[in-house]
Amino acid sequence: MADVMIRPTSNARPAWLSTSLQVGLPAVALVLMLAVIFWIRPTAMSYFGFTLLFKLATPLVLAALAQMLIIMLGDIDLSNGAFVGLITCITALHLGTNPLLAIALYLVAIVVYAGVGLLIQARQLPSIIVTLGMSFIWLGTAIIILPSPGGAAPGWLAGFMNWRPPFVPLPILLAIFAAILGHFVITRSSYGAILRGAGSNPRAIERASWSTTRIRVMVYAAAGLLACLSGITLTGLTTAGDPNVAPAYTLLGVGAVILGGGSFNGGIVSPVGTVIGALTLSLAGSLLSFLQVPPTWQIGAQGGILFLVLAGRVLLSEKKS
Amino acid sequence: MNRRLSLAPWTYGFIVAFAMWIATTAYAGFDSAEATLTAALTFGAFSVLVGTGQMLVIASGPGNIDLSVPSVLTLAAYVSMTVMKGHDGMLFAGLAAAVAVGALAGLLNFLAIMFLRLPPIIATLAWSFVFQSFAFNFGGEVTLKPPAMLSAFTLWRIGGVPFMPFAVMLLTLATMAVLSRGVWGRRLLAVGQSEPAAKLAGISAGRVRLIAYCLCGVASGLAGYLLSGFSGGAALNMGDVYLLESIAVVVLGGTSVAGGQANAVGIWGAALFFNLMATMLNTFQMQAGVRFVLTGALIILIVAIVPRPRAA
Repeated sequence: MADVMIRPTSNARPAWLSTSLQVGLPAVALVLMLAVIFWIRPTAMSYFGFTLLFKLATPLVLAALAQMLIIMLGDIDLSNGAFVGLITCITALHLGTNPLLAIALYLVAIVVYAGVGLLIQARQLPSIIVTLGMSFIWLGTAIIILPSPGGAAPGWLAGFMNWRPPFVPLPILLAIFAAILGHFVITRSSYGAILRGAGSNPRAIERASWSTTRIRVMVYAAAGLLACLSGITLTGLTTAGDPNVAPAYTLLGVGAVILGGGSFNGGIVSPVGTVIGALTLSLAGSLLSFLQVPPTWQIGAQGGILFLVLAGRVLLSEKKS
Repeated sequence: MNRRLSLAPWTYGFIVAFAMWIATTAYAGFDSAEATLTAALTFGAFSVLVGTGQMLVIASGPGNIDLSVPSVLTLAAYVSMTVMKGHDGMLFAGLAAAVAVGALAGLLNFLAIMFLRLPPIIATLAWSFVFQSFAFNFGGEVTLKPPAMLSAFTLWRIGGVPFMPFAVMLLTLATMAVLSRGVWGRRLLAVGQSEPAAKLAGISAGRVRLIAYCLCGVASGLAGYLLSGFSGGAALNMGDVYLLESIAVVVLGGTSVAGGQANAVGIWGAALFFNLMATMLNTFQMQAGVRFVLTGALIILIVAIVPRPRAA
């Protein structure tokens, strides 16, 4: 039973340093991007400028955190983007006119998400293919209830997303709030350690008499809830429902988790890093238009930015023997 | 375990596909049976082509996957159409260009995974953004027309039997032979099962994976070349459906996502299942949303009920 690898402790960096490097790298990238933007357009360095630059970050941050929970268990969620699309449809159609129905539908969706976790755990299925199937189901359901983009976000929701709190712009405020909450729940709390343990060494967690089934169901439900919030905030920004609004969130979310120091092996994730990673990715688009990169090259340049930031990890990471 | 129930996992795709063919024929009349099957075989051939490449990558070890398949397919189609400029005489130059684009893409994917130590999902995703940009700059919104002979080739029939699906079947047989008998094939599965063990046996895991990624790129490039002939030209979104489909046909075909185990025949069953289901639901005049829901539900159902080989 030599499942446990004992790492040599000599020559290794202290734990606090490697964690801060994990989170520090996307943060450095974020600061660099902001510096370039402010250098080109100094007027962007204002409350209003920040609001505009990070306007679309909130839903991506939430979707990335949802993805992070799944990756924490060593799974991957390919249905995240389609699910967010479905939630925008439910929100735009029902939240304003019939809030109770909307909330009931959210709950059903979250229960289905938890059911996916249960199915994956019970039958030991590969999450990649089950969530792939789910992505078709979410997309199909969204198209059935709202065949073409439409509906309207309730006024209070659009109002909230355009709210200008004093001193700190709303997207930044929400990102900081999400990062702190995630940090204390996942990284600092003892239960967070159990959750991460379920991803990195499920057998050990089972032997310590925790139910990995219950953990997986709860984590999937929590991911569903976060993705739900992502869809609701996105509707507040776009003020309409659209089944195909967010397919990119799936892979951008995965990118944000990895940028933030997460690992597909499970158990290694950082909520703060993920939030910063999501902010970095949503800023990359703005940076490229500030640099006047032609539209045809923008998506390619985003790939380049992804490489640049991740290449930094290689330079900083410890040599594996 | 009950012997009677332990059908090989890859047969389920064929069984479901066959049932759908019967259902479609029963609904649309007996005359349509042959046309339905031919269409499914032809469209299935493209899925099988990209699926076979994806299978080699997935078999090379846990976590290995190629998300750049659709963008390589599109880029190869654009490059080869640009090389051929619609002339029949340039047919082989275009083919060479498509294959070269695919091989180069595979190499770039592998280098990013190897030297930047990126998870394959992220590395191939980032490259796919870059490839998309290149394709966009090659042709933009314009559809580049294929040479007439290429189009004719993709529709070519010998004695009523479409040739292209037949050629792809030969490719499947060749892949099976390579995986079960070939040195590289055995090495690929060995690396996929346990990289440390393979290394101790003196196998260079890097080189084996490099070839897997290159072959996947070449398969995507080839699919782009043929698909642009079949569908009347290179278009920006021509590869989109193959992102999820290439993964789905591999896993439904009985290949383990944990790597180290591959099933080339099963891809055909899954590909026929996918395409016949689309035909069937179209024949039943289901709306698009219902079609998606049923597709997803069937994928999950098949994965959930099929007994899977134990991952190593």
